[in-house]
Amino acid sequence: MLQPSQLPRDAQLLARSLQSHRGDRELFQHLTLSLSPGEAVQVVGPNGCGKTTLLRVLCGLVVPTAGEVLWRGVPIQQDRSAFHSELCYLGYAGGVKLELTALENLRCAMALQSHRSHLSPEQALERVDLYGFEDVPGYTLSAGQRRRVSLARLLLAATPLWILDEPLTALDGAGTALVESLLREHLAADGMLVLTTHQPLADPPAGTRVLDLGEQ
Amino acid sequence: MISRAFLALITRDMQLVFRHTSDAVNPVLFFVIATSLFPLGLSPQPELLRSIAPGILWVNALLATLLALDSLFRTDFDDGTLEQILLSPVPTPILVLAKITAHWLVTGVPLILCAPLLAMLLGLPQAAWGTLLLALLLGTPMLSLVGAIGVALTVGLRRGGALLALLVLPMYVPVLIFGAHAVDAAAAGVPVSGQLLLLAAMFILALTLAPFAAAAALRITVG
Repeated sequence: MLQPSQLPRDAQLLARSLQSHRGDRELFQHLTLSLSPGEAVQVVGPNGCGKTTLLRVLCGLVVPTAGEVLWRGVPIQQDRSAFHSELCYLGYAGGVKLELTALENLRCAMALQSHRSHLSPEQALERVDLYGFEDVPGYTLSAGQRRRVSLARLLLAATPLWILDEPLTALDGAGTALVESLLREHLAADGMLVLTTHQPLADPPAGTRVLDLGEQ
Repeated sequence: MISRAFLALITRDMQLVFRHTSDAVNPVLFFVIATSLFPLGLSPQPELLRSIAPGILWVNALLATLLALDSLFRTDFDDGTLEQILLSPVPTPILVLAKITAHWLVTGVPLILCAPLLAMLLGLPQAAWGTLLLALLLGTPMLSLVGAIGVALTVGLRRGGALLALLVLPMYVPVLIFGAHAVDAAAAGVPVSGQLLLLAAMFILALTLAPFAAAAALRITVG
């Protein structure tokens, strides 16, 4: 375990000399990344360069070939439950059950989380412009609306760390603006953020760094 | 928090099944149809059917469970909710146990409810019905628990069906032997407490260990 004084500034999430493979192909090596409250890292790079893998390594879903990820100075594999109670991950597959309504999806997602915001699921749906779609089953929603249901999950989980894989997929202009305003609010409240996106953010929140995996 | 997540996951899986009834009806339909084909294929002699009834009922219960097993984690894996389950602060074995419980309620319980009807069809003596139900009550949750390990290992493969059967069926053999033997003994009027106690011991073992094994297997599959 690291001593607090060894952490760069007040980094909460720290990844040290990460290396990862897909099959025999090396995706990245010696990758170091630190994240302090109010900071965001945008991971960019061509298709297949390992953006999603990096995000999954940071979540603890994938074990890296070498290196380690620390949350508040503790390796994430050591205290998974403490780390996951402060994490909200939005994967490429949004995690929305098509047979359930938007509201049922959110209620179940909330039950799996320990930290919760003051918002009710109905208010979260209103915030992502799905007012009136609470009781509509997921399979009748469009791809963009399903993505908005996943975004409502972020609003309900009041966690300091958000890891978002392509949050802008399938969203229209208004949806993109909505995500950007959510991200700004999250960072303003001392949240932390790691995201991948192909579209450049029109108005990136202050404190956003870019990590280009293609240059590795 | 843990019990709320446990119940929420069971409720969710039950809701999903009731909106997708064909998935739930399949195994029990297979159980009924396959069992009722035996008298047609072999011979309708009551003595013959009575003597092979325990074996037929147990083999078909086994295959019916296997048929439904793949659906345990499949949709969750495809739509990304499995990642949410793995990233929940609630310990994964508990959530896995919730999913197995829901799966057993949907696939195991209907088999138990149908069993007396099929026992009657095959002419199993009434004295053995109680043992049959008790053995199924101990055996079918074990089939779901042990099967969950196999599904967790194969859910990442596109065509994992054959591999799943190869992995899981050998582990089902002890359940089959003791389950069928208990019913056989009851039909012959011999005490059956030994077989039932062994089934109960195996059930407790599976209940305590299988959720951990399945959770570890899911981590490997997703990672």
